[in-house]
Amino acid sequence: MQDDIVIGLEIHVQLLTQTKLFCHCSTDYIDREPNTNTCPVCLGLPGCLPVLNKKAVELAVRTAIALNCHINTTNIFHRKNYFYPDLPKAYQISQYDLPLAGEGYLEILTGNQNEKVRIRINRAHMEEDAGKLVHIEENGRITGSLVDYNRSCIPLLEIVTEPDIHSSDEAIIFLQNLRSIVQYLGVCDGNLERGSMRCDANISIRDSKTHQLGTKTEVKNMNSFRAIKKALDYEIIRQRKMIEDGEKILQETRRWDEANNKTISMRTKEEAHDYRYFPEPDLLPLTIESSWIKEIEDNLPELPADRKKRFVKDFGLSEYNADRLVEVKSLGDYFEEAVGHYKNYEKLTNWILSELLGYLSEDSIDISSSPVSAERLTELLVLIDRNIISGKIAKTIFEKMYKTGQRAEELVQESGLTQISDKSEIDTVIEKVISQNYQSVQDYHSGKEKALNYLVGQVMRYTKGRAQPDLVLDLLKEKVNKLSN
Amino acid sequence: MSEKIIDKKDVEYVAQLAKLELSEEQKELYVKQFNDILTYFKKLNELDTREVSPTSQILHSNLTFHEDIPRPSLPQEKVMNLTNSRKDGYFKVPKTL
Amino acid sequence: MQLNELKGIDYIRMVHEKELSVEQVILDIFSQIDKTDKIFKAYLRTNRDEALQEARVIDRKISNGEKIPPLAGLPVAVKDIICTEGIETNCASRILQGFIPPFNATVIRKIKDAGAIILGKTNMDEFGMGSSNENSAYQVTTNPWDITRVPGGSSGGSAVAVAADEALVALGTDTGGSVRLPASFCGVVGLKPTYGRVSRYGVIAYASSLDQVGVLTKSVQDAALMMNIICGYDEMDSTSAKVPVPDFLSACRDDISDLRFGVPGEYFKEGLNPEVKDAVLKAIDHISKLGGKVEEISLPSIEYALPAYYLIGMAEASSNLAKFDGVQYGLRIDDNDDLEDMYRKTRSSGFGPEVIRRIMLGTYALSSGYYDAYYLKAQKVRTVIKEDFDKVFKNIDIILCPASPVPAFKIGEKIDDPLTMYLTDTYTMPVNLAGLPGMSLNCGFTNEDNLPIGLQIISRAFEEENILRVGYNLERHYNQTLKIKRPKPPVG
Repeated sequence: MQDDIVIGLEIHVQLLTQTKLFCHCSTDYIDREPNTNTCPVCLGLPGCLPVLNKKAVELAVRTAIALNCHINTTNIFHRKNYFYPDLPKAYQISQYDLPLAGEGYLEILTGNQNEKVRIRINRAHMEEDAGKLVHIEENGRITGSLVDYNRSCIPLLEIVTEPDIHSSDEAIIFLQNLRSIVQYLGVCDGNLERGSMRCDANISIRDSKTHQLGTKTEVKNMNSFRAIKKALDYEIIRQRKMIEDGEKILQETRRWDEANNKTISMRTKEEAHDYRYFPEPDLLPLTIESSWIKEIEDNLPELPADRKKRFVKDFGLSEYNADRLVEVKSLGDYFEEAVGHYKNYEKLTNWILSELLGYLSEDSIDISSSPVSAERLTELLVLIDRNIISGKIAKTIFEKMYKTGQRAEELVQESGLTQISDKSEIDTVIEKVISQNYQSVQDYHSGKEKALNYLVGQVMRYTKGRAQPDLVLDLLKEKVNKLSN
Repeated sequence: MSEKIIDKKDVEYVAQLAKLELSEEQKELYVKQFNDILTYFKKLNELDTREVSPTSQILHSNLTFHEDIPRPSLPQEKVMNLTNSRKDGYFKVPKTL
Repeated sequence: MQLNELKGIDYIRMVHEKELSVEQVILDIFSQIDKTDKIFKAYLRTNRDEALQEARVIDRKISNGEKIPPLAGLPVAVKDIICTEGIETNCASRILQGFIPPFNATVIRKIKDAGAIILGKTNMDEFGMGSSNENSAYQVTTNPWDITRVPGGSSGGSAVAVAADEALVALGTDTGGSVRLPASFCGVVGLKPTYGRVSRYGVIAYASSLDQVGVLTKSVQDAALMMNIICGYDEMDSTSAKVPVPDFLSACRDDISDLRFGVPGEYFKEGLNPEVKDAVLKAIDHISKLGGKVEEISLPSIEYALPAYYLIGMAEASSNLAKFDGVQYGLRIDDNDDLEDMYRKTRSSGFGPEVIRRIMLGTYALSSGYYDAYYLKAQKVRTVIKEDFDKVFKNIDIILCPASPVPAFKIGEKIDDPLTMYLTDTYTMPVNLAGLPGMSLNCGFTNEDNLPIGLQIISRAFEEENILRVGYNLERHYNQTLKIKRPKPPVG
């Protein structure tokens, strides 16, 4: 029974604004040369002052609404004071006891029975990101660090859940749902690997007899869903074992070591942080008018749950397929573009989910970068429907489309793999096959059904798979039955 | 006469928080001076402020925003010219323990 | 009269009337600086070559008949707490030694756009922390009226530059009196605008909710002139006020009979030097003669202002000064190759003792367990002080009181006892707590030592026009009646 596992998550999402939270520097900082995306404000130079980005507030409110949070119409910024080279002012402008959003929730489907579980949100608040620190290694030892402030002051929304999660799987489902939502809202692109969405976890084991909460550890540095699952599973085992052995669990921060598949303590000594929070004197209180909240609410983009309902209703998809299509926004977008050109929704769904996704995941690319566009995929499917090529051949054609970027019709013509649907042509081949496999004909006449399949296979071999399979079967049956007379 | 509000341990804790290193004489001096000053500050307790809200901001107006339109950043050279401790466009710092 | 003795407004008129060349004025000022600043030590560094170059450009514009910018090459001294692009700005601290800002403070951009010429950066108490200017890491500025005495702080260098004719006007900053106090000690006009009037962008922060840029000048009209240029909402400063900027010069006109004046009894109790009291009372008397209605008022909680002011100031300062850690600019001591060590060694040797004291106390006041008792309590007391002022301003327009309980004291006299030094701000810092504007105007001299005495004029928020009008009328009276016709200090 997993009752004893208690997990709370702290998620940071980078908001999709054009400019940083307190200055006009661009947020397009990935892959840029170091310190080329900074100004006196985000460098924290003496005399710098923050000016809040309106778009960031809008995106934060959008998220809070989607997470059913109470929005504090007046909220304030606080300084969180500590020393670290990636924090140029030696304080982070964040929010403390009056954050943008208070209590909310997100409902997820979890467990084998797909029960609906409500994971409560404790709060959501805005804060600025820090710069990046890179360690200098010489002869296997760390000798110093290099600091790049390009990322400093990027807008973040920190979302904190209550400890309502009770398994690593549940945590993953929650995060997938959250990621879906922020993508749909246009608030964040949800890329864990690139760090636009980051997750830390607090985990403890509750005493199964007394139900008393155990000491919680914080786990950081998990950069993918896989890493999160592995890290949480590792911690659960580690903590359970320690409890069993009667060892005291330390309240500490541990980092997930991907290379060695374990969590490692980050603290060399017990260091409690005294952040000396106080209201940011350089910023006035933020008042969010209810009229603005209503405007944002009225213009909220469609959420995954609603899109799923629509897919089931409008396109007759199964719940399972609809779920899969809406999970990642770009996937649903692709599907919607495709249905503009093609109306066999079930066939389309299968091709997207089985064929296309297979190739994309092998190359680890998102469907928005698919070499085969939605429209071009539908061109292929039309060829199948018109019996120009068989479904099986289509798969080969598709691979070529994916690898070369050529269109279906072009490739089919080049390949000479068009389907043979001409009865007389097929007849000729059938005659040939029958004449060479008289034994099989006799076997069929004596009741062996499998012999017919063998003959079909031979026809397909001769035609290099191009003969229209159902036609072959019909014609072959006809011919063979005639022969028995 | 000053009250004994803080002791050497407090001074050492605060110095650690503020990343300052003090000599023994400085610590002793500060214990004395801080007790004088904090005793004087305690005067504030004579005023009943239970029903008073704090002033964090003297201006009574709404927070202004900046529009989400990018402006050019500082060129890397100008940023690097701030320091001699640099390498390949980065600021260089000693190792953290 | 030497060109460096001109008032700003006269200088501008003469430039427009082609009666003098800007270059000649700059040369005269630098020749004065060469003569006297080795004694007064007002400047940390001068900007000679660039100033002369800029002067020549303006002279050329004038001779070509081109449009002359409003300040017409007005020579300005700037307190070294305000960022000037390309010119070292170190707040009189070792920790910022060599820091050359890659940008101008908004206020600098504004005065430069208006055609002002920056003569150099003036000495100050380190990071604005002090009331005597003795806390500079580099040099001690002396009072031109008596070089054994302090000029007042923390904008001491700026006050001296103006008083000693080493500049025509100067910029300073005022957090608890740092423009008004040195102005009163040096016999010049010192005006601190309402909090939010002048942008703080590029002004190195001491206490963010109290700091404000102010001006030190030879006359009230010069202060008005500068206010016209430096005031105004700045989109780079979220705490700057979206309030229209009137023409402050037109406030310099006759007649104050429509104004009602209040004199706070609490400002005339023990600790006030009798000669200062005398001079201030005489000034108040003259106000009555000019037609102003004077009454006694009370600011009952004013005795709690000083501890509240220092707590808030130190707390905010402890956070504002945390960025000085050797990582990006300024002093860095990293011979131990360990980050923590670098932080501690850099900060401990880079900051002076008063700065360290305030950082420590501020950190303590914000630390876990003490926030409510100190910082939060101080913010609540601040509300009470503000309300005291709001109450009296329901019935009066202007508060009159001394700028300082004492005239300029001797160098070294108060430096060893921090608390005694803090008490120098008693009359000025409540104005910062309430965010109000205030001006110090010379209203007399002490009998024996001939030291200037400053009258403080305080108005409601955003009503600097009233202050300027009162100051203008009083100044005219003093120009006629004071033994020394205009602030002209003897060279030491």
